[in-house]
Formats: sequence, structure tokens, C-alpha cells
Amino acid sequence: MATYTTTAPSPEDIASLRDGSGPPPVGGNGGSDSDFFEVRLRRARLGMLVAVIGIAMIFISFTSAYVVRQGLPTFDARTNTLVNDWLAVPLPALLLVNSLVLLMSSLTMELARRQAGRDLALARVTPASQVSSTNESRISWLALTIVLGLCFLAGQLMVWRELAASGFYLSTTPSSSFLYLLTGMHGVHLLGGIVALLAASGAALLRKTVATQFILLDVTGWYWHFMAVLWIYILCLFEFVR
Amino acid sequence: MATRELTAHELHVHAAPTSFIRKWVFSLDHKIIGLQYYFLALTAVFVGMFLSLLMRIHLVWPNLSLPLIGDIRPETYLSLLTMHGTIMVFFVLTTAPQGGFGNYFLPIQIGAADMAFPVLNMLSFWVTLLAYLVMLSAFFVTGGAPLHGWTGYPPLSALPSAGPGEGPGADLWVISIALFCLGALMSALNFITTTLDMRVKGMSLMRMPLTCWAWFITAILGLLAFGVLLSAGILLLLDRNAGTSFYVPLVVVNGVVAGHKGGSPLLWQHLFWFFGHPEVYIAILPAMGLCSQLVSVFSRKPIFGYKAMVYAMLSIGLLGFMVWGHHMFMSGMSPYSAFAFSIMTMAIGVPSAIKTFNWLGTLWGGRIRFQSPMLFAIGFVSLFVSGGISGPFLAQPTLDIPLHDTAFVTGHFHLIMGVASIFGIFAATYYWFPKMFGRMMNESLARWHFWFSLVGTYCVFMPMHYLGMAGQPRRYSQFTEVQYLLHLVPLNKFITYAAFATIAGQFIFLFNLFWSMKFGKKASDNPWEATTLEWTTATPPPHDNFGGHTPVVYNGPYEYSVPGAPRDFVMQTDPMIVTAAHK
Repeated sequence: MATYTTTAPSPEDIASLRDGSGPPPVGGNGGSDSDFFEVRLRRARLGMLVAVIGIAMIFISFTSAYVVRQGLPTFDARTNTLVNDWLAVPLPALLLVNSLVLLMSSLTMELARRQAGRDLALARVTPASQVSSTNESRISWLALTIVLGLCFLAGQLMVWRELAASGFYLSTTPSSSFLYLLTGMHGVHLLGGIVALLAASGAALLRKTVATQFILLDVTGWYWHFMAVLWIYILCLFEFVR
Repeated sequence: MATRELTAHELHVHAAPTSFIRKWVFSLDHKIIGLQYYFLALTAVFVGMFLSLLMRIHLVWPNLSLPLIGDIRPETYLSLLTMHGTIMVFFVLTTAPQGGFGNYFLPIQIGAADMAFPVLNMLSFWVTLLAYLVMLSAFFVTGGAPLHGWTGYPPLSALPSAGPGEGPGADLWVISIALFCLGALMSALNFITTTLDMRVKGMSLMRMPLTCWAWFITAILGLLAFGVLLSAGILLLLDRNAGTSFYVPLVVVNGVVAGHKGGSPLLWQHLFWFFGHPEVYIAILPAMGLCSQLVSVFSRKPIFGYKAMVYAMLSIGLLGFMVWGHHMFMSGMSPYSAFAFSIMTMAIGVPSAIKTFNWLGTLWGGRIRFQSPMLFAIGFVSLFVSGGISGPFLAQPTLDIPLHDTAFVTGHFHLIMGVASIFGIFAATYYWFPKMFGRMMNESLARWHFWFSLVGTYCVFMPMHYLGMAGQPRRYSQFTEVQYLLHLVPLNKFITYAAFATIAGQFIFLFNLFWSMKFGKKASDNPWEATTLEWTTATPPPHDNFGGHTPVVYNGPYEYSVPGAPRDFVMQTDPMIVTAAHK
């Protein structure tokens, strides 16, 4: 059994620990004295990281299903043999254009995020009344990102139409099923990103504090970059695991 | 300065709501959300229990026509079985320990004012409630509730023409599961961020109560597992409604070709069990954490091997993701795969044994207080051992092959995953009721409830092991006319009588719960003389948990019987006694 020696701290020690000015005990950061902004930003980023892991698991499962399904033979009653029903779908060239649009939107997103960071740095050294919280250039970077995001989604819809026109529907072959599924699921997640970006622009227009605007933009930015990376991954899956 | 205008208020402490709707319905307060989850689970457990009673009645009196219910046909029996399993696993065992008690006590035990993202927290609950309502609605659509069991194996679950209940009922079942996954993912996000980022000064990870560790690890499992089930569910919905063939091979139903080809039912099984096995730990880890807490509090001793307990839970969580194949030994998998899954499964016995050893080590030589939370905690250990010991049997392919899909498996998982976790929920209720409602629960009624539950559940589930070994299959609705099972009918009757008694015992609990809220003895702030942070604050805790001040932690969570201390426990926040040396 553990034994302890007990030492009562001096009254000064207790007083200093109680008012938080003494040496902090080990561990724990929820009650830290650091800037509230830093705490909020760290928390929001951590939350986004955890969310990204959760979303990644969804796509990892789809990948697993994709690989397994591709290797499965099916019974063909006419020839009485096992055949593979996985037809390689010709990928429309439009997918490449869409990818470029999404990558460009990731760039504009990053520019908006950095601009917000500069606004914030400025706000922290300038009285609040002298800082305009609706910075024009950031709004335009943001607006551009939203437009590019919508263009990407419109482009994906056109890809779907092109696939359908060439005879590949959702249930035609397992590869087309996965093509619709993965582009659709990615699109839904990107749409969520667009809603978050609209909320971020709303925060700027509603004159929320510069810090709040930055935090919103920052985490949405990371999410947006994740969407871009995820899309490249999906595209590689379509291209190289056919 | 603009950034300095941000105050604690904006950080995470939202103002106390005054309107009824914001305070009790659409509340952002983790304590209210915890209670909402708890009462959702309480409603669900009585529905699930009622369904199980109908099944038990049907098994021994198959021709009995029940008032209001009518005849139980074989397909009705399968619907009851599906809904019982699904409601119990998702809306009770996953909802109450994590969503209910985790939500209520994790922030308080780490000294935070709320969860990291209160709006998301509220959303998790409402999505879960919606999932529950969608699940229940499956009873009332054409064809009724689905037949495919809580594991939803295709092709049965993927073909609307496969039977009554596999039409709209099965669609609602899949949609409900998908919604539940969304709620669970949002909740996991909140738990992980809160634990990592909102611990109060001094609350290092290794000073967290083991309950917090358990909720944290459960949240990690949830984050990694529910996404997989969500994906699997989406594929199933597409197979059912969009003509895809992810899971369904070329199959003929009632003489009609179903129109699918090439899909693999095993793909579903892999995805499902990759979620499904961690789900077992999602259900039981919070109970393990709580049991560790209670065994220490009521033995007035530090927990035996705190770090070993933490590492054991972490390794159980990790190994839990590597053993899903042991649910599929019958699927024709390679014997080499089966061997690997078997070894990994038996390896889980090691951390489980460490935990059991440490619980017993804590009890050993303790000044044990046999109060109701402790009774249920000891009951948990007992059930965990009894239910767990048959795990290594089933983990061996050679033994699993004859036992698979028999009542042996039903007995095994009901003891360990079902009843043991439920005992955790009961223990938590008796332990934290005074903090949540400001009153004590009636101790005599609690003891009656304990003995009814312990003896009753053993009488229900222990004989099932024998039934299974004697060859009684699971999921069959009628045995009374099967020649080789006729000699088992008396034992089946005994189980049904025991189920009646056990369920009757649960009404003692229900009465005690609501009666004590109104008429229970007033509780002090720390009635169990425990050390963790929830016992340092008012009863019930104020809106921001600590009434405007932030606690600072100086001690570990299990400082009981410290030599030289004025009392036999030292609060985590007590700066007067400083732990100086471990020998």
C-alpha cells in the first residue's frame, strides 16, 4: 500500500495557490491563464481535428468496401462460371477541371484565412473602434472560395450527367455505384463546408468580434483543405484502383 | 483590445437560461442534456424489456394469444427480437452510461463549466431522440418492424421482398441507425475535446478519475467505430432502394430473381463487426470506470493499480478493434485468419483479468461500506467475470462452431454486455442520484432491487449456457414441438418465470427513482465521503457547475485512508495535504 508523508503548506503558499498566482500544479489546461482567444482557437482546432478523424473513418470504410467489392467474383448463370462484374468506368475529363477548381478554392481559402489572421493581429494592437471588422479583401477571398466551391459541385453534377449519358448509372456496375457514392458523399461534406463559409461571412457582416471571425474562418479553412485532400485521394482511388 | 473583450462568458459559459424551453427542452447545459439522455434510455429500457418478456412468453407458451397483442407469429417473434436487440444496444447500453452519466459528470469531474461545444451537445441528443422515434415508428408501418436482428445481416436486411417487416420497417431501421451514428459521432467529438482541453488546473491525465478515463476511451472507440457503421448503413440503404449490389449476390426470393448480382453479404459482416465489437466495449467501458471508482470509494482505499487500470482500458479499446473476425468464424474464413482473430480475442482476457484482479485487490483489506452503489459495483464484477469467462470458449473456432447461434452465445453476451453494463447504470444511478436530484434514494428498496436483479438475471442467463450446449438454437421462435428439445422445456419455463420476477424487481427501482426525487432524504453535498470534484460543489450543481469559481486540483482521485490526514479521505481540491512521497 502506498504511504504518504503529509506536509501542510504555509499560509502564504495556500493563499498564492488559491488566487491562482502561485506555481500551478502539474497538468490540466482548462483553467490556464492564457489568452481566452488562444484557448478558444486551440479548442476549435482540436474539435475540427477530431471531426476530421471521424469523417476520415467514413471514407476509409468506403475504401475498404471498394477494394473488397472489386475483387469479388459473381456467378454467371449463362456460362455457369464465376465472372467479375466490375466494369472500369471511363472517367470524364471534367473531373480534372473540377479538381483544379477545388484546389484553387483551397488556395483562396488559405488567402482568406491568412488575411483574417492579419486583421486579428492588427486588432490586437489597435483600439477596437478603429478596426473595420468587415475587411473587404477577406470578404472577396471568402466569396471567391464559396463561388469556386459551388462551381466544383456544379461540375460534379455535370460529371454525373455525363456518366448517365454514357450509360453508367448508380446500379450499372459496382464501380459506377462507388463513383456516384464517393463523389456524392464528398459533395455532401463539401456542401457542409460551404454552409460553414457562409456562416463565417455572416459573422463578418454581423460585426462579430474579429477573434470570433478568425476562429470560424480558421477551422473552416482546415476543413476545406481536408476536403481538397480527400477529393484528391478519391480521385486517385478511381484512377489507380480500377 | 478587441480580443480582451472576450470573457469567460464567451469562452464556454453560456448564461443560465430562464425560459422553460431553453432550460429543460432545448438546453445547452450538459447536466440537463445528460438527464435527457438518461430518461431517453430509461424509456427505451422498459420498451426493450417488454419486448423480451413477450419473447419469453412465446417461447414457452407458443399458442397463447395475448390481450391487445394477439398471436405472436414466427415473423412477429423475429421483429420482437430485432427491436429488443437494437433498442437495448443502441438506445440503452450506448446512451445511458456515456450520453447520460458521461455528459452529466465528465465536465464536473474535470472541473469544467460545460462541454467544449454545448450546441453540438444539444444537437447530439436531439438527433439521438429522433433516431429513437424513427426506430419505434418501424412498428407502425406496413409489414411492421424488421426481422433481421440487431446485426442486420444481408441479404435478408437488403431485400424488401424477403419477408414482412423487411419493407418500410427495415428502411426506418437503417435510417434510425444512421441517425444514431451521427449523434454518437458528434457526442464523441465533444467528449474527446472536452477531456483533452478543458481539464482544470492541476487535473493531469493521470489525476483524472477512472470514470473520466473510461468515458474518454469510449469516445475514441465511438469516433472510430460509428463512422464505419454509418458507411455500412449507407451502402445497405442503396442496396435496398437504388438497385446497387454491394451486399446482395444473385439471389432468388420466393421464386423471383431479386435483380442484384455479385455483392457480398460478408462485406456487411466485416463492416458491421468492425463497429460491432468495439460497440461491446462502448457499452461496458463506462461501467468498468464507474466500478473502479465505487470499489475505491466504498472500500475506503486507493484504487489498486491506478495506472494499470488506465492501461488495461486503453489496451482493451485497442484490441477491441482487432477481433471483429471472431463473430464470423462460421463464415468460411481461412483457418489462419480465424487463428489470428482467436489469439487476439483471448489476449483481451489479459487486461480484463488485470482489471478484475485490481478490483479484488482494492476490496481486499478495505473497510467496505455495503451501500447500494457498492452492491451494484460488486454485482458488476461478478457478472463481468461470469459473463466474461465464456468469452475464451467462444473465442476458439473449434468450440465456437458447435456453440455459434445457440443460446450459449445469448447467455454469454447478455451477462457481460447486457446485464453487467446495466448494473453499471444502476450503480451510477444510486451513486450520483444525490448529486443530480439533491435527495438520497431509499436504501431498503435499493437492496431489494439489487437482490431481485442479481439473483434474477443469473437465473435467466446462466441456464442459457446449458441450453446452448444442449443444442437449442438462437432466434427460433418455437421449441415446444421439437423432439430433441422437449426435455429443455421445463428449463425454458424456469427462465421465463425468472424473467417475470426480474422484471417485477425493476419496478421497485422505477418507484424508488421517482419517489426519492420528491420524498427522499435530503442529501448533503458529499454523502459518500468521496474525493472527486463533483462532491466539492453544491447539490444539485449550479448552472456553471462550481458557482463562479474554478477549482484547482492538488491530489489524485483516490486518496482514501491517507495516514496523518484528519479524515479518511482527501478531496482532490484540498491543498492542506500534499502528497509528498510514494513508497
